[in-house]
Amino acid sequence: MNKSNFQDPFEKERIEKGFGKMNDQGEEVTMVLGHKDVRRCAHNAKTYQSGAAPGRIVIPSEENIRDIRQIPFEVDPPLHADYRAVLDPWFKRPLEEEYTTKLKNQIQSLVKEVLKRESLDIVSEFALPLQSRALTLLLNTPYSQAETWISWGTHVFRSEGTALDADKANILYDYIDKEIERASAAPTDDLYSVLLASEANGKKLTKKEVKGVIILTFAGGRDTVINAVTNSISYFSEHPESLERLRNEPEILNNTIEELIRYFSPLTQMGRITTEASNVCEHSLKADSKISLCWASANRDANVFENANEIVIDRKINPHVAFGFGTHNCLGATHARQILKILISTLLEEVKSIDIIDYKENIEDLGHFKRKVGFDSLHVKFNY
Amino acid sequence: MAKITFLTSDNETIITEATTGNVMELAVQNKVKGIDGDCGGVCSCATCHVHVEPASWDKVGAPSQLESDMLEFDDNVSEFSRLCCQIDVSDAIDGIVLNVAK
Repeated sequence: MNKSNFQDPFEKERIEKGFGKMNDQGEEVTMVLGHKDVRRCAHNAKTYQSGAAPGRIVIPSEENIRDIRQIPFEVDPPLHADYRAVLDPWFKRPLEEEYTTKLKNQIQSLVKEVLKRESLDIVSEFALPLQSRALTLLLNTPYSQAETWISWGTHVFRSEGTALDADKANILYDYIDKEIERASAAPTDDLYSVLLASEANGKKLTKKEVKGVIILTFAGGRDTVINAVTNSISYFSEHPESLERLRNEPEILNNTIEELIRYFSPLTQMGRITTEASNVCEHSLKADSKISLCWASANRDANVFENANEIVIDRKINPHVAFGFGTHNCLGATHARQILKILISTLLEEVKSIDIIDYKENIEDLGHFKRKVGFDSLHVKFNY
Repeated sequence: MAKITFLTSDNETIITEATTGNVMELAVQNKVKGIDGDCGGVCSCATCHVHVEPASWDKVGAPSQLESDMLEFDDNVSEFSRLCCQIDVSDAIDGIVLNVAK
């Protein structure tokens, strides 16, 4: 019973030095590992900026395959605030009853559909369609669009064997260009149209800016949601007692969701670029260096989390940084939390237990750190 | 039963009453503007930040270390700051007044 165990590869260096090093396509990255340091650097946008060349703060860097700035993600304060103010109400829609009802219908029918199967791959046959269908709600586009997105596979940017795939990225970018033109010609009540009619920082959003927001929405919520869903299912398959406990104590469901997100940290890290010479854990950095805020490491920091390497489903205080921290905290977090809430509630109602039949781990290669972030495949059978 | 008053940044006064739960949940149920409670009350999002009225501070009490660490990085922090998901509703806090942070 260890398929849902996700080791913390950063522990030794976090305790000994507080930082680690990796190489990203020729550029050295100083990885900030401790919880407090990660939050401190995330908070200090003046010294550790997001608004560098488009794609540079992402790890692996997308500088070579993207020249469009993701908004508001790659914009610093003060300009960031106005973009965010435009987007926040839209990305809080998952709290509305109508949205929740639709999401519930989607997830319940998917679960019912797969229950009858002898076995299925959770990654490609469950998490991917779930994520894609749910995204139609977030964008407020027709449900049928999900089929197109499912056909792109689990990674928007990545193919088997290569870290970055420009051809795949172009499929997404071309698709978004067409959607923006469609919305521009005949506006509806989808996110494209709403953005095209919005203003930020005193002027209407340009098509390029709209594209930047939409790329972020597609890319930021794909692997992350797929991993969160798949990893959570691996956990419940190995911990039927947790399913049973949640049935008896539904009031701890929120704690469980936050704990799963902390433990699995679907986004390992995010970069920043130094605007001036600075120090991280007594390690000096020149201006224009790349650091990473290693959310996955911070979330296992024993100074903050008791039994950090265990999933404690009723953890009361859980100041995790799995959705980032501060200014750039995850725009899609409300949507992601609702997905997990509805998914787990549905499993509690419909599923007795889950058997893992076969699996292949997805290990991120971060220099000498190897981190399990999820699964390439997870074949299971649902018992009901 | 505890009576808890919220003053929002729009100068709206919302008077609530409760016997159980935490203050963030109470604020969300009463749609208090400025209290989102994104993380559901586990002290990870800081979207339930309030400034306790000085006269109410003794009833509410100081934050825990983990809560203080969270508040440390909030730009609008004051000596009366609390994350209200970490304040349990009980008779002991009856009559408190909370200013919702911007």
